[in-house]
Amino acid sequence: MLKEGEFRIPSGCAISGIIDKKGKRFSGEEIIKSIALMHERSNGLGGGFAAYGIYPQYKELYAFHIFYDNLSVKSQVEDFLTKHFEIESAGNIPTKSVPNIKDQPLIWRYFVSPKIYMSKEEVMDEDEFTSRRVIRINTEYKGAYVLSSGKNMGAFKGVGYPEDIGEFFMLDRYEAYMWTAHGRFPTNTPGWWGGAHPFTMLNWSVVHNGEISSYDANRRFVEMFGYKCTLQTDTEVITYLFDLLVRKHKMPLEKALKAVAAPFWDDIERESKEVQNELKSIRTVYASALINGPFSIVLGCAKGMIALNDRIKLRSLVAAEKGDRTYIASEESAIKIICDNPDKIWSPKGGEAVIALLEGGNNEPKF
Amino acid sequence: MNLNFNSPLFEVIRDEKKCVKCKLCVVQCSNKVHLYDEKKDIFKVDDMKCVNCHRCAVLCPTKALVIKKYPLEYRENAMWTDSTIKEIYKQSQTGGVLLSSMGNPNPFPVYWDKMLLNASQVTNPSIDPLREPMETKVMIGRKPEKLEFDSKGKLTTKMYPQVELSVPVMFAAMSYGAISKNAHEALARAADDLGICYNTGEGGLNKDFYKYGKNTVVQVASGRFGVHKEYLNAGVAIEIKIGQGAKPGIGGHLPGRKVGEDVSYTRMIPAGSDAISPALHHDIYSIEDLRQLIFSLKEVTRYEKPIFVKIAAVHNAAAIASGAVRAGSDAIVVDGFRGGTGAAPTRVRDNVGIPIELALASIDQRLREEGIRNQVSLLISGSVRNSADIVKAIALGADAVCIGTAALIALGCHMCRTCVAGKCNWGIATQDPELVKRLDPEVMYKRLVNLVSAWNHEIQELLGGMGINAVDSLRGNRLMLAGIDLNEKELKILGIKYAGE
Repeated sequence: MLKEGEFRIPSGCAISGIIDKKGKRFSGEEIIKSIALMHERSNGLGGGFAAYGIYPQYKELYAFHIFYDNLSVKSQVEDFLTKHFEIESAGNIPTKSVPNIKDQPLIWRYFVSPKIYMSKEEVMDEDEFTSRRVIRINTEYKGAYVLSSGKNMGAFKGVGYPEDIGEFFMLDRYEAYMWTAHGRFPTNTPGWWGGAHPFTMLNWSVVHNGEISSYDANRRFVEMFGYKCTLQTDTEVITYLFDLLVRKHKMPLEKALKAVAAPFWDDIERESKEVQNELKSIRTVYASALINGPFSIVLGCAKGMIALNDRIKLRSLVAAEKGDRTYIASEESAIKIICDNPDKIWSPKGGEAVIALLEGGNNEPKF
Repeated sequence: MNLNFNSPLFEVIRDEKKCVKCKLCVVQCSNKVHLYDEKKDIFKVDDMKCVNCHRCAVLCPTKALVIKKYPLEYRENAMWTDSTIKEIYKQSQTGGVLLSSMGNPNPFPVYWDKMLLNASQVTNPSIDPLREPMETKVMIGRKPEKLEFDSKGKLTTKMYPQVELSVPVMFAAMSYGAISKNAHEALARAADDLGICYNTGEGGLNKDFYKYGKNTVVQVASGRFGVHKEYLNAGVAIEIKIGQGAKPGIGGHLPGRKVGEDVSYTRMIPAGSDAISPALHHDIYSIEDLRQLIFSLKEVTRYEKPIFVKIAAVHNAAAIASGAVRAGSDAIVVDGFRGGTGAAPTRVRDNVGIPIELALASIDQRLREEGIRNQVSLLISGSVRNSADIVKAIALGADAVCIGTAALIALGCHMCRTCVAGKCNWGIATQDPELVKRLDPEVMYKRLVNLVSAWNHEIQELLGGMGINAVDSLRGNRLMLAGIDLNEKELKILGIKYAGE
């Protein structure tokens, strides 16, 4: 059977996310409980988490989480890493044995910074330098896969139910100010750990429920800008879209959201002249960035969390607020189980983003 | 002696029992096929003159007329076919270049029919266009590489001019001269009604039609017929015609018999003179010259109108298209080898150029590899027959399509492919006032509106089935296509997978 990335696998899913907007950190227990409630929405073929704020001691360094199929590819990738990065620390990610989790790859973690002279020679900033190296490892080293590469954040994922994956990675021992989770219901069984979600790129992480029908239009659009969609998954292309719009094209986040979940032309016509002009321009220039078909996504970045539905709400998505926290989940029950009395709970409209960002004090970190 | 070896192409059969002798056929046939002998009270028929335009058969009140292929056959021969033999007879008799009308009729592969569309099942829902919004609007013109915003989040990028099409369809360039004034009026009014554009072709713009400016693309071809400042500013966009799918490498042909007073005035040429456009623009010998013309046209229109460059689909169309984008063209129009024409040398029409599907796929891919696809619009023409062809073209990478032949068929064209004679019985490809009168723009523009509206419904239906609610998400979405009866190479060029793969 072909591995993920060699063909396209549609899948349904459960998603969940929690952020403390004051930046207060909390353990992974709650997010596991939330995603576990939606057990029926996944089928044991993929689960994963993204956690932000977990490596405060290394917050200036890129944290690479890497899967290896064997030791030989590990040594090749480490040669590559040594050549391009200063490695501050390296070691395997601690796991514990869980009955339902098997066939795990070698799972390693590195805290690195780009070799400054190299990024200067190539006239690109550290982020661009790092993201290009990550894409290279993922495309050129068979049997190696970088599952996350951001700062002060990390992804943990694998083949299994998400609650088992959480236990396997002992996420109750990590503390983060923001967690997102994903339970996967793929339509077939490649059984590859790299194929589980979330998908990440630098600080971006995406968990997503749905199957986007604009996939190939979006893929061929981002690939014009140097990305390579090696996994053929929706999350991958959505992540690259946001990376392109917000990081590379420096679009304000709320404008980027208007590109991926564009308002209808008829609705644009009803806006004031100025707004009309802006929305028209966004739709015209970024027509190929429109994400079409059913989706609900939770997008994580260093600044916070953004949840978004497709513009006619073909997938369920519920949001809630209590105190400093914002919750997002595919189902209301998955919020209620960890927050029994929210101040506010609602079902966001299609195309209307829920934006929950860290409040001040954080020196305006980059997306 | 001028011996004619040729036999008729068609046979006109009259059912005497049905015929009521109303003589409508005699009156209607501009080719003088039907004659009525008063003395003998019988009809005579000259099969030699029949072009099979169906005018008499369709209008006959009792349906007493049938036109069939002339039954006289040559001895069977796979190499020396009837048409091959007849063409030699014709040329040996006249010493002339063979001329043909409409697109290449030969049995080359039709790639539209070798691609199948996808639809949603279970994992993603289809979208019902009867119950949900379904957007088919497209914007044609140059796009900046990215948008820029100031620190307050206000848009600072100034957009290039765009042509807004409510449906991803335009009427293809067909000149006043090649087709009649009434046909032009029907196209212009339909474009206005539909919120799309028609294209003047290379024959200038009749004064009466300046009022349809916001739905007009004006063309500048190598003959520069009817080109002046007012004309250039009359439409919403200007198209520089480098080539045409029916006759790549040569210029337009308008026989002098179609150049009457009004055509002569509009084209700014003497009445009755052949309008033979040069094979090339005499100010364009290379890509940098194209750039100069593009920017001259932008200057004269104060950078308010996008400039399209139309090329024929030839072997290296991808490189040419890329060059045209870099030369400043805001949209590329690619015309395939099946594209129609009022008149073209038969050998050129039938042997030069490549299928539009392959050209489109390779141009779209090439522009993407160069990272410039998003900056330009890509339109195609030349054999788009129905809404499914349009959907497939967009999935391959087109922004929109231009329809010429299909539009003429909506106006009554019966594909007799004799436009060059100028005696079109349907009032389309003629300048004979008596024939032109037969095409009532008031009635006919509605047929065009009907056709495009019907296609738009079908496009919406197909989009919805794929789980897409804006045509933007179909553009270049080649996963929506699957090949059938194609070899590896064809699949590779089209960038699609085989059905079931």
